[in-house]
Amino acid sequence: MSTTATSTGGRRSLWSKHKIFETNSIILIIGVLLVISVGGLVEIAPLFYLKNTIEKVEGMRPYTPLELAGRAIYVREGCYNCHSQMIRPLRDEVERYGHYSLAAESMYDKPFQWGSKRIGPDIARVGGKYSDEWHRLHMTDPRLIVPQSIMPGYPFLFRNELDTREIAAEMKANRLGGVPYSDEMITAAMVDLKAQATPDHPGQDDLAKRYPKSQARDYDGDPARITEADALIAYLQVLGTLVDFKLYDDKANIR
Amino acid sequence: MAATGYPVRRLTAGELLGIGLSMIAAIGLLLIASLTDSGAYAFHAVVGILAALGTVLFIGNRSFDGRTLPVPQEIDGKPNYNMAPVKFATVAAMFWGIAGFTVGLIIALQLAFPALNFDLPWISFGRMRPLHTSAVIFAFGGNVLLGTSFYVVQRTSRARLAGDLSPWFVILGYNLFIVIAGTGYLLGITQGKEYAEPEWYADLWLTVVWVVYLLVFVATLAKRKEPHIYVANWFYLGFILTIAVLHLGNNLTIPASLLSPKSYIVWSGVQDAMFQWWYGHNAVGFFLTAGFLAIMYYFVPKRANRPIYSYRLSIIHFWALIFLYIWAGPHHLHYTALPDWAQTLGMTFSIMLWMPSWGGMINGIMTLSGAWDKLRTDPVLRMMVVSLAFYGMSTFEGPLMSIKAVNGLSHYTDWTVGHVHSGALGWVAYVSFGAIYCLVPWLWNRRELYSLKLVNWHFWISTLGIVLYISAMWVAGIMQGLMWRAYTSLGFLEYSFIETVAAMHPYYVIRALGGALFLVGALIMAFNLWMTVRTGAAEASEQDSALQPQLAAA
Repeated sequence: MSTTATSTGGRRSLWSKHKIFETNSIILIIGVLLVISVGGLVEIAPLFYLKNTIEKVEGMRPYTPLELAGRAIYVREGCYNCHSQMIRPLRDEVERYGHYSLAAESMYDKPFQWGSKRIGPDIARVGGKYSDEWHRLHMTDPRLIVPQSIMPGYPFLFRNELDTREIAAEMKANRLGGVPYSDEMITAAMVDLKAQATPDHPGQDDLAKRYPKSQARDYDGDPARITEADALIAYLQVLGTLVDFKLYDDKANIR
Repeated sequence: MAATGYPVRRLTAGELLGIGLSMIAAIGLLLIASLTDSGAYAFHAVVGILAALGTVLFIGNRSFDGRTLPVPQEIDGKPNYNMAPVKFATVAAMFWGIAGFTVGLIIALQLAFPALNFDLPWISFGRMRPLHTSAVIFAFGGNVLLGTSFYVVQRTSRARLAGDLSPWFVILGYNLFIVIAGTGYLLGITQGKEYAEPEWYADLWLTVVWVVYLLVFVATLAKRKEPHIYVANWFYLGFILTIAVLHLGNNLTIPASLLSPKSYIVWSGVQDAMFQWWYGHNAVGFFLTAGFLAIMYYFVPKRANRPIYSYRLSIIHFWALIFLYIWAGPHHLHYTALPDWAQTLGMTFSIMLWMPSWGGMINGIMTLSGAWDKLRTDPVLRMMVVSLAFYGMSTFEGPLMSIKAVNGLSHYTDWTVGHVHSGALGWVAYVSFGAIYCLVPWLWNRRELYSLKLVNWHFWISTLGIVLYISAMWVAGIMQGLMWRAYTSLGFLEYSFIETVAAMHPYYVIRALGGALFLVGALIMAFNLWMTVRTGAAEASEQDSALQPQLAAA
């Protein structure tokens, strides 16, 4: 298994020049690093400075503490393995799910949850599509509502108290990564979280000021406790509802 | 206790460092375990403490094992190869392979019969699916790559593996990463990025392991007695370097705190999506392709006893493959909110990628020139050649699916799942099986495998499994895609989503059957290898005699 290149006719052929990579591991390493850098740089770097990468829209805001906690549960349970959050601009998808997804709509998503497989339907615009009651039944036993569903049941979400101890720290980590949480939002994280999951909580006015279009109510059917189900349903109910598409100008954002 | 009769040796500086670092790590992890609010995180800290204490015992025990240091680089003029870590990785690969295939079968059954989720968090589909993908890609595939790379780099360099403890650190450290990652998913610890689910602390640990891996590999190359670096090692090096770059880029996360397992990635939304699939597709391109092509470039010519078909083709193959692959990521994001220019670039390069892929396949298959008759008599070689045929098939299908018009139909459907498995089962697993069938007799010093007949059974049962799997997924995927976009004559969507789910049921059952057959094949293989090691006749006199002293010591 000789890999030696031989020059032909006394003239050094191009092939023999490859010898330098085969006899010097450092040059081979440098060569590999240069060659694999090109594609990534060309495809990724412009996304950070081309202004039209993320559309100009009205209404996007960071997640409320309760929604953020719900999103963490969505991630924890691996919902992205079966549900996409990315409606493509194809006729059937727009008719089935609603306006196609904008880059702006996931601009505060860490990580993005566009998904890659629809074992279940897309849920980029599931917010407001079903009642909380529907979600409660569906999550407890999906086949109660949709007999042919193959989704796992999640009754334990209604039993688990929501762990809120790290919520301010998690918002700070998001802020370090560029999500515009203000100091006020972080200080009030616990109050806002409770206000959003408790009916008639006095903090609801402040919550609505800090997070426009936020919906405050008891989500899980048990007003006395804040469970993981409260957080997850609050997250699902905000999905796709922040951008007002009556005001959105498609033409202005052609890329 | 000097009465034992073993000469007790002083610890080397490296061994002392290893013990010292392990003790410090154990104390730090003890603090974390006692302070954190998260039970799962505390559990991982305890696993880390056990690993650190195990390391202390492992190193301490070496001073009693009677070896003299430094270990001789050569014995009787022949390289004194270090094959014990390779053996460990080979056994680990087989173990994780069977575990990963089993989890795959379970989740396939969960999709056909959802009651199998049992309403329990730890075994629900959403947590088990990352366990399956990580177990087969990173645990099975990773151990195959670590083991074969350490084997191939020694043999083709005619030099003992560099480092004394470092090769063990790489192999054991990597498997510790696997345990942390896998148990984490079941306990609900995940970043939520496909194929990059492990959280920040597991990622940091993997980074340390990977840097040592690169150093061991390159230092061994630097010791080589051969003037040229053999082509398989280019591919291994390309794989190690690129995986390092991808891993760092896609896992730049900010932990909520040192006492929390949860972290948030610095990228958001569309940029995060691009980073993810730059990583994700090149996990395919460099982990599951470049690394396993290295296996092809060593094991196919070895087994066929023929030289590589074309040296020049291998040069073109290498550079074209690594240059083009890195561009292909955006084809996972067709018609999404990723800007069109990036999608178009991704599609264009994915189509171009067809050429080096087939160049490599041709280079592998044509290596059998003059030895085609061995396909009839050697089922191990047949397995490797069929793996190349599957490689050719899935690298044709991939560019096809990356065309936007095709992707509009195939994306989000089971066609993708079928495509992945024709590559993963047909190519990656088969070339790995071939390599392991070669390696076990070589490593354990056996004349031949226990039974070639059983290899034949493995081959045919698992091939039937693959065919059932991928054809079920083709039908399911294309049907699903067509049903989603079907309209009635009145212009309404013809099917509700749930009707398309219900239509999948028979194909999900067939797929599970295919997976079960593949698992049965792997169990036959494990039995065959076990019997080879247990009962096989020792190689009488062979080129591996340099191995003997090391084996006797181990």
